[in-house]
Amino acid sequence: MDLGLDEQQELLRNFARDFLEKECPETLVREMEEDEKGYSPDLWQKMAKQGWMGLIISEDYGGTGMNLCELVVLIEEFGRALVPGPFVPTVVLGGVPIMHAGSDEQKSELLPKIAAGDLIMTMALTEPSAKWTADGVHLEAKKDGGGYVLNGTKLFVQDGHVTDKMIVATRTGGSGEDGITLFIVDSNTDGIKFEVLKTIAADKQSEVTFENVRVPASSILGAEGKGWEIVEHTKQVATVAACAYLVGLSQMDFDVTLNYAKERVQFGRPIGSFQAIQHKLADAVIDVDGSRFITYKAAWSLQEGEDDADLMISMAKAWTSDASRRVVAHGQQIHGGIGFTKEYKIQLYFRRQKWMELMWGDADYHRELVADKLEV
Amino acid sequence: MDFRFTPEEDKFRQEIRDWLKKNLPKSGSGDRFSRTSDDNDANPVIYLEFAKKLASKGWVAPHWPAEYGGLGLSVIQQLIFNEEMAYASAPIGYSMIGVGWAGPTIIVYGTDEQKKEHLSRITNAETMWCQGFSEPNAGSDLAALQTRAVRDGDDYVINGQKIWTSGAHFANWMILIARTDQDAPKHKGISYFLLDMKTPGITTSPLIDMMGNHAFNEVFFDNVRVPREALLGEENRGWYMATTTLDFERSSIGGAVGGQKLLEDLKTFVAETSFNGRPIKDAPGVMGRLADCAIDVELGRILSYRVATLQARGMVPNYESSIAKLFNTDMQFHLGEAGMEIMGLYGQLEADSKWVHLHGRFQRQWMWQTGLKVGGGTTEIQKNIIAQRGLGMPRG
Ligand SMILES: Cc1cc2nc3c(=O)[nH]c(=O)nc-3n(C[C@H](O)[C@H](O)[C@H](O)COP(=O)(O)OP(=O)(O)OC[C@H]3O[C@@H](n4cnc5c(N)ncnc54)[C@H](O)[C@@H]3O)c2cc1C
Repeated sequence: MDLGLDEQQELLRNFARDFLEKECPETLVREMEEDEKGYSPDLWQKMAKQGWMGLIISEDYGGTGMNLCELVVLIEEFGRALVPGPFVPTVVLGGVPIMHAGSDEQKSELLPKIAAGDLIMTMALTEPSAKWTADGVHLEAKKDGGGYVLNGTKLFVQDGHVTDKMIVATRTGGSGEDGITLFIVDSNTDGIKFEVLKTIAADKQSEVTFENVRVPASSILGAEGKGWEIVEHTKQVATVAACAYLVGLSQMDFDVTLNYAKERVQFGRPIGSFQAIQHKLADAVIDVDGSRFITYKAAWSLQEGEDDADLMISMAKAWTSDASRRVVAHGQQIHGGIGFTKEYKIQLYFRRQKWMELMWGDADYHRELVADKLEV
Repeated sequence: MDFRFTPEEDKFRQEIRDWLKKNLPKSGSGDRFSRTSDDNDANPVIYLEFAKKLASKGWVAPHWPAEYGGLGLSVIQQLIFNEEMAYASAPIGYSMIGVGWAGPTIIVYGTDEQKKEHLSRITNAETMWCQGFSEPNAGSDLAALQTRAVRDGDDYVINGQKIWTSGAHFANWMILIARTDQDAPKHKGISYFLLDMKTPGITTSPLIDMMGNHAFNEVFFDNVRVPREALLGEENRGWYMATTTLDFERSSIGGAVGGQKLLEDLKTFVAETSFNGRPIKDAPGVMGRLADCAIDVELGRILSYRVATLQARGMVPNYESSIAKLFNTDMQFHLGEAGMEIMGLYGQLEADSKWVHLHGRFQRQWMWQTGLKVGGGTTEIQKNIIAQRGLGMPRG
């Protein structure tokens, strides 16, 4: 047993940290809040050159064939640097389901492009029902000649407006988990419209409307009516990725705050010398460390195919959602007035924490799953 | 002990409620501080119009003595008045600074001339005030302030900087504390000034808060020359007057009821909304959270009634106002959080998003309360007051 990073993971982390400090400074993060696209194509290409888009894609398809634990190490750094843009949507929401269920043709067409940074993807899953479960999927796909016609609305689609392709979860019949079909759809197909939502994190999620959108049968991912299993697998990875992002975000919020507490002087001494502040920071480091290791456990369990991987993932998201919320609340409070300004960076973490807390199920949602699995 | 209000008090409450129904401005977001991105400068303007109507009823500062333009309301009536204003989300702009803190301090320490000059202009909503206390290096440790006021003949010349000055960009006047004796111990060399914001040498520069609003400012003083009459009370006794102002600030009662309104909105939302055919109330944790919110809102109100009780009995609240202040800001913060989380993915939408629920008020509340946990004395400072002033514990 060894909970530490191995040499390769450590290299990846150190390299990513240096790279992102240089290439994704706070100024870029702020610029992208206002930017229509919400990401920098220049940075995107540079990241692709590091092989990051292909990190978990096998070498046969142009990737580097690493594993989920390495992806977690990288995404933690993304959380630290608040890297804006469609990295997780492309690599996890697009790449993972294709690796998991794509035909040979789909894999060899799409995976090398993802790995090269030439294809931006996402998954259009949630709808106005705002649910993570299969019964929330209503978007209709009707057979018509050799293809299908899609009608309906997707909501909270991450970075949808800048994608080349989306994996769209539709209902071709049945109910619940049965009858869900995934399509790989060109985002510029006639009848698809994007409207970017205004969110407190200023990330880019879209409302995507489908009006008589025609897609060929060959664009089905997996088998008709059998899409939910693919979504479930993708959700597992995406939930772990959300935890990893929160770990990096919390760590950075904590680091900035700890530093501030050491430097800010009131009453003739650093505020960090007050026990009221020390105890907050002690609580926060428990939350940050706890989040990190429960996330590693979840990632490892999923990677190794452990029986209780689902339980570990839900435990990780339930804990990390709550813990990161406590960390950033302390971050605000310890900064006093300056923390409430737009100009100072701590609020950037505060606003994004709430976003990732809610993504892929918040603490209540995952606590219910944990409770179910306790088999009481 | 009696938790009921008298019939007269109930009648007074009803009168305010009826009047507000007729006279509340239609514009504005319904957010008390109007802190939504597209009308963040509108609230003081909306308030000023509304305040003209309030003034015609004597309701700008109804708790002030009649001789100064108030109605001499009892503490309980004042509580009721504040509650109804908060419940109706009536706009207040930055009026609490003049009405709640500056005016009452002038009433206690001002000369007849100062009272005459300032008080009726506040109750007629002709002037707006701001509070120039905090400095970059003097926040919680307010007495460390470095802005200087130096005697020069009959005048004082002020140099230095204030920060986080709410509403300075609208204010005509400022309550300012500055150092007049460099050599005295830090609490003993401070004086309190009433400063005309038109005086040459004052520069106000905006600070944008994390909600994207321009609410507070930096204010710079470059050889600002004020007459001796600008001094409030005695020279070098300003710290003690500032403490009075801060006590007025902390014991502002009745605001907790803003939580009541949010709770009611959230209850209606939970009762009426289903996500995907599943009523929200059946989702895990929702009813438990709602119950917790209801308990906290109730207790928040009771804690501020306790402060009012002390005041009504002619006692000066001590640590009790600090408890009410910190409990109620925490309560409203948690209420904001609870609402956002109950809304699930919708909880992350901005107020002006077309899909947003309940006008995004929970999101705004959540952010705004992070500011209130700091402004007016941070939660930690309130706890120090509770422990040291209230419980007599030794200072560290
Ligand atoms: C929305 C808003 C509006 C405001 N409006 C005004 C205004 O109109 N006029 C005005 O003058 N000021 C205003 N302020 C300023 C406010 O009063 C100060 O921000 C506040 O007093 C804290 O000071 P600071 O920001 O310097 O934080 P600091 O004093 O530096 O505090 C930083 C952290 O250290 C903690 N800390 C400090 N001392 C101790 C201690 N002894 N024990 C334990 N913990 C401690 C604090 O609790 C906080 O968590 C406003 C602030 C906000 C957020």
